[in-house]
Amino acid sequence: MGTVHHRPDIAADSPRDLSRLVGLLLILPAVALIASLFVGPVITFLLRSFEGDASPFEQYTRLFGSDIYLRVLIRTLVISFLVTLTCLVLGYPVAWLLSRLRGWKLALLALFVLLPLWTSVLVRTYAWTVLLQRNGIVNSVLTGLGLTDAPLRLLYTDGAVVIAMAHVLLPFLILPLWGSLRQIPPEFRSAALVLGASEFSIFRRITAPLSAAGVGAGCLFVFLISLGFFVTPALVGGPRSMMIGTLVSQQALDALNWPFAAALSAVITAVVLMAMPFCRRLFLVTRAEG
Amino acid sequence: METTPARMLSGFEWLMLALAIAVAAFLILPTLIIVPMSFGTDGYLNFPPRGFTFRWYGEFFNDGDWLRAAWFSLKVGVLTTVVSVVLGTAAALALTRSRVPFGGLMQLVIIMPMILPQIVVAIALLLFYQQLGMVGSIAAFVASHACLAIPFVLFSVSAILKRYDVDLDAAAYVCGADRFTIFRRITLPIIWPGIASGALFSFLISFDEAVISFFLSGVSDKAIARKFFEDVELNVTPVLAAVATLLTLATILVLAATAFLKSDRK
Repeated sequence: MGTVHHRPDIAADSPRDLSRLVGLLLILPAVALIASLFVGPVITFLLRSFEGDASPFEQYTRLFGSDIYLRVLIRTLVISFLVTLTCLVLGYPVAWLLSRLRGWKLALLALFVLLPLWTSVLVRTYAWTVLLQRNGIVNSVLTGLGLTDAPLRLLYTDGAVVIAMAHVLLPFLILPLWGSLRQIPPEFRSAALVLGASEFSIFRRITAPLSAAGVGAGCLFVFLISLGFFVTPALVGGPRSMMIGTLVSQQALDALNWPFAAALSAVITAVVLMAMPFCRRLFLVTRAEG
Repeated sequence: METTPARMLSGFEWLMLALAIAVAAFLILPTLIIVPMSFGTDGYLNFPPRGFTFRWYGEFFNDGDWLRAAWFSLKVGVLTTVVSVVLGTAAALALTRSRVPFGGLMQLVIIMPMILPQIVVAIALLLFYQQLGMVGSIAAFVASHACLAIPFVLFSVSAILKRYDVDLDAAAYVCGADRFTIFRRITLPIIWPGIASGALFSFLISFDEAVISFFLSGVSDKAIARKFFEDVELNVTPVLAAVATLLTLATILVLAATAFLKSDRK
């Protein structure tokens, strides 16, 4: 059971009535633009990571030889993992409900998922800075309930980064998971019910195993986007919760150390590209439906 | 719920339902909380807000910096939409209607902007345009945003082209229509909803895009996202809440327009 109901190849079974030459003329402008003004500059930048006085791998030796940079790298991996886990725990019930609803209820819940996806990441991150500030709503609720005596420091912590990033990335988990839950034939459930299975055991023995591919794809997706995230950690994270994106920008803009920024970037890009064979199909689905 | 009628929900289902509703609220509430705050009279962000005023909206519309940034983003958004719609639609036609040589490779290049990590792209583009002396130029913004938007246009147009009945073209051809007429009178009207929703999404992608906009903005020529980012860090006033409300309102309008197009298609 795959997560994908469209074919990975956009055009698998359409009739081909345009000549190869016309096709080439139609597609080349887009490919040329992206290759020369997007992919090209990225490759040129990443190649600068091999600049160095001593050896071409100087930047990498520095990166992997230093505690400070390794710690940022590890923190990035840990935070991305926590964000993914949070998204999974929060996203599964929503995807499950989406797959069971019909009509206006489905439309309403889908709107709740899609609206944040298309609202500016900046606006949503800003909302979290407002919610989590010293005299913000979260603190007033906590003190109001008598859970704390004095307002807590919530903003500029790792917890704030995880919550805000999970909030921004949740739709990216919900949508592919919903796609895979929707694929499960409803007859499976009816059959299990007739045979006397409880809802929980249907979930445990049918729904969960059959949606494993969707869970994997959605988690991978969220994890990879988290690795290269910049806006949210920069705004709600503190100096001590720096992630690799902020470090890249610092090295490039403040330290003007482009080769080192390139080496850091190469590490994130390598991780993302290695995972790509697993998520290429995924991109086609979520984006096409989003 | 689409369950057998007249059957009580089980404990497990109640639990999932309650969790799902709580998460849906978690998804939507933070953005919505901004709206009442943008009308509060206090000069700082306070919830629940006191009083009611349009003052912060007034300040936005009288602030040269904000207006310049909004105008800049609007121009970039419109130009990005034009470029990505033309190139994305052409690419969709090529991939669905002809056997393009190296089609798989070309498709891979086109989806790369979705895959490469944002921060890496932003820094790489900054370096690239710095060398060309084009940081803060509209051309640099439009080229970068168009690359981000082209895959979306490709997907929304090819979704329709996949179901396209080529016999219509053949019929028109038999009736004496030339290629261009066939495209203008038959193909275009059929794929129009895909083009339009691709266009709306392109505009939204460009207008809301934060990372590339942050790094490619110049001192005076900056995108609204950059101005917003700067103010969140340095100059927190309720004007930000007003801008956030306006941005969210714009998003809702665009999404509503897209939904309208989609329902029209059926």
